[in-house]
Amino acid sequence: MSSILETKGLTKSFGAITAAANINVTINEKEIVGVIGSNGAGKTTFINMVTGYLKPTGGSILFRGRDITGFSPRQVTRTGICRSFQVAQLFPELTTLENMLVAHAMLSKKRLGMQAPMKSQTNIDTAMAALSGYEIESYADAPVATLPQGIRKLLDIAMAMASGPDLLLLDEPTSGVAIEEKFGLMDTVMEAVKRSGAASLFVEHDMEIVSRYATRVIAFYDGHIIADGPTEEALNNPEVREYIVGSELHLQKPEDDQNAEN
Amino acid sequence: MLKTDNTSRNLCIAFVLLLLVGLILPNWLAFLTTIALAKAMVVVGLVMLMRAGLVSFGQGLYYCLGGYTVGIAGQHLGITDAVGILFVSAFIAGCLAALLGLLLCRYREIFFAMLTLAFSMILYGVLVKTSELGSTDGFNVAKVTLLGWQPSPGQLSLVVYSLACLVAFLTAFFMHRYYQSGMGFAGEAVRENEIRVEYLGVSPQRVVFIKYVLAAMLAAVGGSITAMIAGHVDPEMAYWTTSGEFVFVALLGGTGHVVAAFIGAFLFEVIRTIAFDLAPYTWQMILGTTLLLVIFFLPKGLWSLLKAKKVGGNNV
Repeated sequence: MSSILETKGLTKSFGAITAAANINVTINEKEIVGVIGSNGAGKTTFINMVTGYLKPTGGSILFRGRDITGFSPRQVTRTGICRSFQVAQLFPELTTLENMLVAHAMLSKKRLGMQAPMKSQTNIDTAMAALSGYEIESYADAPVATLPQGIRKLLDIAMAMASGPDLLLLDEPTSGVAIEEKFGLMDTVMEAVKRSGAASLFVEHDMEIVSRYATRVIAFYDGHIIADGPTEEALNNPEVREYIVGSELHLQKPEDDQNAEN
Repeated sequence: MLKTDNTSRNLCIAFVLLLLVGLILPNWLAFLTTIALAKAMVVVGLVMLMRAGLVSFGQGLYYCLGGYTVGIAGQHLGITDAVGILFVSAFIAGCLAALLGLLLCRYREIFFAMLTLAFSMILYGVLVKTSELGSTDGFNVAKVTLLGWQPSPGQLSLVVYSLACLVAFLTAFFMHRYYQSGMGFAGEAVRENEIRVEYLGVSPQRVVFIKYVLAAMLAAVGGSITAMIAGHVDPEMAYWTTSGEFVFVALLGGTGHVVAAFIGAFLFEVIRTIAFDLAPYTWQMILGTTLLLVIFFLPKGLWSLLKAKKVGGNNV
C-alpha cells in the first residue's frame, strides 16, 4: 500500500499551550483510521492543520509527496482532501438538494457559471444520485434547518465527498446523533467511502464504533501520539487503556456480565 | 421536479408593453417611470448583494459616478452618444469598484455597510468642494444623442424612456438567469455559511468581490439614465440618504425575484409623488410609515404577496 498523507513533526502551539507536538502520521490508500483521545488531546487540531484551517507552528504535511503545509482550506480541498465537521456545516436556508447542487457546482473543475442554470436536469440527477448514495434522497426538498441531526451529518459528509477526494477526514461523525442511529449512520458513510475508494480518518469517542469500523487506530494524549497500530493492538495498549479507554474496555462488558452470572 | 419558469417570456412581454405604453404616457408619468427604472437598476445590484447577506449603504457612490460621467462626457468632452456613455460609465464604475472591492470583500455586516457609506460620502465631499463641477448645485447635462441622431427636446424624453426600458429589460433578463446560476447561488451560500464555501474550494471573498463590481456597474448605468432624463446632476446623488433610498426600495420590493426591484422602485416613486402632493412639508412621514408597515407585515417585501398568491393558486 502506498502512502497518501504523511505528516512530519507537525506541531501547533497557542502561546504557551502546545495543542499538538511532533505528530508523525502516515495514512495509506484506502485505509480506514480511527483517531481517539480525550477532549483537548489534539485530534481536531490535527484535522484542522491537515485541512488548512490552522497553520502549523512547525513540521510539514505531504499529500501524495507534495508539500501542502500552510495551504488554505480551499487549496487543500482542490488537492483532494476533504473533511466533515463536528457540527455539520451546511446552508440552513437552502434545501437538501440545493445544498448538494451548490457543492457540486463549487467543486467542479469549471468556473461558477453566471448564466447557466444550476438546477438543470443533469445537475439535479447527479445531485440526487449523490444524495441516494447516503440514503437521504427523500429529504431533497426539505430546508436543511428542518432536518434531524443524523441527516445533517450525512449531508455534511455527502457534500464533502462530492469532490471525489482521495482522503476524507471525519471529525466526530456520530456526535450529536442518537445512540440507536449511530451504527446506521456509520454503515452508510463507510459504505459510500469504500465505494469511492477514498481513504478515511475519523475522530471518535465511541470505542464500539472505532473497533467496528477502523482497521487502524491512532491514539492522542496531551498533544502527542501514544499509540498507532492495528485497532485491537492499539486499544489494548496499556497507556491507551489508562488514559483514553479506561481500564475496563467496555467492549468486553457482555462477557464480563456473563462471567458474573456464572 | 423542474418548475416551468415563464419569467423570460413575461419579461419580453413586459418590455414590448412598456415600449408601446411609452407612446401614450403623459410626460410626467414617462419621467417618473424612467426614474423608477433607473433606480431599479441600482436596486437590482443591491438586491444581489443582499442575497449574499451584505447591505451596501453606499450605492449612491456609483449612482453619482454614473450621473457625473454623463455630465462630464457631454459638457467637457463633447461625447453625447447615450449608448456609448452607458458603456463608459459602467466601465469606470467597474474599475473603481474593482479597486475598492479588494478592501470591501474582506468585510461583512455593519462593517461592510459603514465602509460603503464612507466611500460614497468621500465622493460627496469631493464634489461639494469642486467648484469646476458646480459644487453643491451640480451642473446641467448636455442633451444626449443616439447613434449620431439628435432628438428634438420633445422626443428626448421618449428616447431616454425607451433606452431605459431596453437596459432594464436586459438587466432583468440576465440577472434573473444569474440568480439561478451557480454564481447566483454562491451568494446565498456565502450568506449562509462561509466556512463551508471555503471547504468547497471557493473563495467567499472572490464571490463577494464579483458581486460588488457587478452591482457597481448596474448602479452607474442607473445613475447615467437618471442624468439623461433629469438633465442635471448634483452631489446629492452620492449623499447617504440617496443610498438609503435604494435600501428602502430593496426592502419594499423584496429580494425574492429580480422583478421585485422594479415593482418596488415604481411604487416608491408613486408613493413619494403622492406623499409630496398631499403633505409637502411632512412627506417623509408618509414614506417612513410605509416602510414600517412593510417591515411589520411583509418582511420579505411586496414580492411575498405575489409569491403567496402563486403558491395558493397551485394548491387549488
